[in-house]
Amino acid sequence: MAQGAKQEFWRWPETSWVSPNIDWKKGELITAGVDVGSVSTQAVVMVDAELFAYGNTRTGSDSPNSAWNGMNFALKKSDMKMDNIDYTIGTGYGRVNVPMAQQAITEITCHARGANFMYGPAVRTVMDMGGQDCKAINVDERGKVLNFIMNDKCAAGTGRGMEVFADLIRVPVWEIGPRSFNISKEPPMISSTCVVFAKSEVIGLLEAGIPENEIMAAYCSAMAHRIMELLNRLGVKEKFVITGGIAKNEGVVKRLEKELKIKTAEQVWYNKAYRNNNVPFDTQIAGAIGAALFGHALLKMGKAKSTRKA
Amino acid sequence: MIVAGIDVGGKNVHIVIKKDGQILEKGTAPTGIKKAEAVEQLYDEILKKADLKRKDVKRVVATGSAAKRAAFASGFIPDVAADARGVIKQIPTARTIIDVGAEEGRAIKVSAEGKVLDFAINEKCAAGTGTFVEAMSRALEISVEELATIALNATQIIPMNAQCAVFGESEVVSLIHQKITKPDISRAVMDAIAGRIGSLARIVGLERDVIVVGGMARNAGFVDSLKKTIGMPVAVPRDPDYIGALGAAEAALAEVMTEEAKGKVPEKENVTEGKP
Repeated sequence: MAQGAKQEFWRWPETSWVSPNIDWKKGELITAGVDVGSVSTQAVVMVDAELFAYGNTRTGSDSPNSAWNGMNFALKKSDMKMDNIDYTIGTGYGRVNVPMAQQAITEITCHARGANFMYGPAVRTVMDMGGQDCKAINVDERGKVLNFIMNDKCAAGTGRGMEVFADLIRVPVWEIGPRSFNISKEPPMISSTCVVFAKSEVIGLLEAGIPENEIMAAYCSAMAHRIMELLNRLGVKEKFVITGGIAKNEGVVKRLEKELKIKTAEQVWYNKAYRNNNVPFDTQIAGAIGAALFGHALLKMGKAKSTRKA
Repeated sequence: MIVAGIDVGGKNVHIVIKKDGQILEKGTAPTGIKKAEAVEQLYDEILKKADLKRKDVKRVVATGSAAKRAAFASGFIPDVAADARGVIKQIPTARTIIDVGAEEGRAIKVSAEGKVLDFAINEKCAAGTGTFVEAMSRALEISVEELATIALNATQIIPMNAQCAVFGESEVVSLIHQKITKPDISRAVMDAIAGRIGSLARIVGLERDVIVVGGMARNAGFVDSLKKTIGMPVAVPRDPDYIGALGAAEAALAEVMTEEAKGKVPEKENVTEGKP
């Protein structure tokens, strides 16, 4: 097969944001959460439990560097320095290797808390769709984990699987969702569970002349089906929300809603002020938000001491 | 009497032509995307080499995951049955057959007569198949053959955390970054797949003699890791990747013999097809 210039179709856009409305110097407690996942890293800085800044980057080959990348990316548009932060909590797959963190909390706990903050207290089921695992979590009105079920053994149904597919079909990963609906009829889903076998199946479909958009629809359906199996084992309760990168792929989300016959909550802030101020809603930062909120709570309760240097 | 056995697998097709119990000709080719065409082409090539015409072959039996692609076959047998027949013919003491192909792994318990007593199959997941090793060899940037050989020179045992082939590739890359040697990583890859196959074999129960067949049986590193994993000696028959085709040829021969004993040889149309 003739290969053009090497293009990385899996590479999704990295994002960062700083609040124009918060004067952090007037804040009492500044806490940060750093979620080092296997594929992406997010750093969130909160001033008195309000979102101040975040950075969402690709995880590199080692966790400490990735954590710093995320943190620097979050702070680069503000005059805040790492030394101004009172307390930092690491979470995610690489949580034990977050050099600036004073403590580590599992990503399940953090995603549950973060989803509660982002989507509001009515959330009962959180589906965190990460890069190399997916977790279905049932939570209470305070965002406390009641029960969870996870797949971290198999790439099917994870962001990494979608990236592999994007690279194979040579379509940028964020275009897959919208294009998967640009079809004349919904095709049968890819029958292989395993991503490696699915690749052979996709090559066969391409060879047979099936339109690319239909193949994308078939792959999104297979992924939705795979996630549904996990959710059915746990039991889905409304309000049902999705966090993580795959939440941004409507091709998977809409097909999952159809299979489950349950709608996912709209991806908007529960906090009205955030909505009015156009704070960007990024489903990938839920874990880091949760971590930063836990840092704030620990300081407030006196269970942790500020390590602020400046 | 001339019979043929055809094994159409996930990656390769194997064909054996037998005449009066002896292998007359055999050959293999990748199935590619157009499996049916690949099968037809290889069959005609082998017939030509043996100086035969299609009508000279009394019976053709096909097996393998894509057996139906051999549309000209008059009968089909399940791959576990083909494995059992093929192995017992060569090694009558076989009781457990482990078949590791490109896209499937199987463990089969057989009786002394070559009857399948129990079996377990993994066809859902690339971990525990030849495809897993291929993916890892790409990550290591060496050939599968080299990976198989250098695994035997490993100096330490590194456990792989990943089960999934997709995650395994990333893990191999990170092992390379950690300056782990290629022989050690190769051994880790072989131990990983042997671990998966070992678990599969334990479902049916391991009983000696244990025979390994399929494309992976040619992989010395894998066979060594499997021995260590299951704690039993394992034997590899002649032409381990042709066992399915040989078993199918045995089945073809048996069919003809039974019919001749009954005194009637039905036309092709009247032959009832077995389950693939």
